[in-house]
Amino acid sequence: MIDSVYQMIARAQAEYARCIDDDRLEEWPDHFHGSCIYRITTAANHREGLEGAIIFANSKGMLKDRVSALREANIYERQSYRHILGQPSILQESGSEVRSETSFLVARIVQDGDTDIFATGRYLDLYRIEDGKARLNERTVVCDSSRIDTLMALPL
Amino acid sequence: MLLEAHKATPSETLTRVPYWVFQTAETYRKEQECIFQGPCWHYLALEVELPEPGDFRTTRIGDTPVVVTRDDDGEIYAFENRCAHRGALICLDNHGKGKKDFSCVYHAWTYDRQGNLRGVAFKDGIKGKGGMPETFRMEDHAPRKLRIAILHGLIFGSFSEEVPPIEEYLGEEISGRIERVLGGRKPVVLGRVTQALPNNWKLYMENVKDSYHASILHLFFTTFELNRLSLKGGIIVDDSGGHHVSYSAIDTVAQKDAEYAKQQLRSESQYKLADPSLLQGFDEYHDGVTLQILSVFPTFVLQQIQNAIAVRQIVPRAIDKTDLNWTYLGFADDTPEQRLVRIKQNNLVGPAGYISMEDGCVGGFVQRGIAGASDQEAVLEMGGSQAQSSESRVTEASVRGFWKAYRSNMGL
Repeated sequence: MIDSVYQMIARAQAEYARCIDDDRLEEWPDHFHGSCIYRITTAANHREGLEGAIIFANSKGMLKDRVSALREANIYERQSYRHILGQPSILQESGSEVRSETSFLVARIVQDGDTDIFATGRYLDLYRIEDGKARLNERTVVCDSSRIDTLMALPL
Repeated sequence: MLLEAHKATPSETLTRVPYWVFQTAETYRKEQECIFQGPCWHYLALEVELPEPGDFRTTRIGDTPVVVTRDDDGEIYAFENRCAHRGALICLDNHGKGKKDFSCVYHAWTYDRQGNLRGVAFKDGIKGKGGMPETFRMEDHAPRKLRIAILHGLIFGSFSEEVPPIEEYLGEEISGRIERVLGGRKPVVLGRVTQALPNNWKLYMENVKDSYHASILHLFFTTFELNRLSLKGGIIVDDSGGHHVSYSAIDTVAQKDAEYAKQQLRSESQYKLADPSLLQGFDEYHDGVTLQILSVFPTFVLQQIQNAIAVRQIVPRAIDKTDLNWTYLGFADDTPEQRLVRIKQNNLVGPAGYISMEDGCVGGFVQRGIAGASDQEAVLEMGGSQAQSSESRVTEASVRGFWKAYRSNMGL
């Protein structure tokens, strides 16, 4: 059975979220094509058209560096995320490229056991479908709030 | 643990800091009076954020909400965001444009862009009944206005009539170091974000001024062997102690040696950046200084880390809660390539910064660590007991400087 575009995007989203929540960060860059853009910004910056970001990567190498920095260099208390994703809205399809928007809620669980809503927002995505599989060309993570609690270690 | 007050007197030396200063409501209240409303300058906004008459932004100085505006005369004004009538916020938006006046939503008392009361709804009553007494004069009622100082595009405000002019407040060396980054240039805001810190505001200011921790807590550069070059640098502390600069410069002679050594050791290097373009910047200041962290007492930071330029405003929210407001900057004459460099290098700073994310949590580690130790004191002896400029960055001189200025303001 061949997945529809919607199913391919939904499948990719679910795998992306599981990868981060299961602490398989080393696999996280593989959800992107080699040439890619990943950025995390705030709704206020996005609305004003400001290009500065909390995290910005324009290569798969930069995504890998983010993971190795978290594993080898950066110091932060042990924590994990639980992503709850909304249904993807398919905004545009042209050839193998698909634009979609998906809302998310991410809870952060810290080592002392507290669970808090860490971020809500939406993914503004550009997927490219190859060999029946959707991978990201571009993901802009727009956080609804401009306030980030303590620090943002893991990617959203 | 948070306390109402603590009776222990602090040791007289700058090398000791009693932990209760991070924990007591009494201290927090006194800081509002002696520091935030006292004879200090507080960063409010950038001039470029208010380019036209009618532009405004709201911010806070300590607990006190403030409106910053530009009026038709082209000047910047600021006043307390508190209606002179019953105390409600006058302005509810974070920022905006084309504002002719500010009208309180509660009873429509209306203020001009300079904070003068210009209208009181039903002032003369209706059909001769009600209304304000004849003795009521609008010019007797207004929110408190701030003194304003603008330095290289940075807007500072103060509630105090006693605070010296900004150049005198900062001293020549500190002003010169601000000019180095911003002088004669038109900044462009690239983005803003707030990091909510789980600690007292002073723990963040200590961290900013602490050049001792940089290579110990922040392992990004050392892990990826990006910090092998011997870096020449130093610390500048002004006479008041409250303002500081920490800078480092690539020593070209040492760089060659290190590059040589690096060749020999390359095979031993375990971690390399997959995409080293993160750190490929451009020579912006032509003085070899690749890092300059500058602080203005009590709560302002100007940062140059390679080509990542930012201002940071620190706003206390409670005894153990602090907002760290980041404004990332570029400049109007940046080429697209230079702009991209800045955006990439912003990965080094902010809430997810490779070399600053730890600063977001380490203050919380202290706040939690000292919970049962109000009568104990921190030790600040690295580099001696004074608060002076130094060629070594292995010193806590600028942290002691902060406490020197703090004690002087607080009468401790």
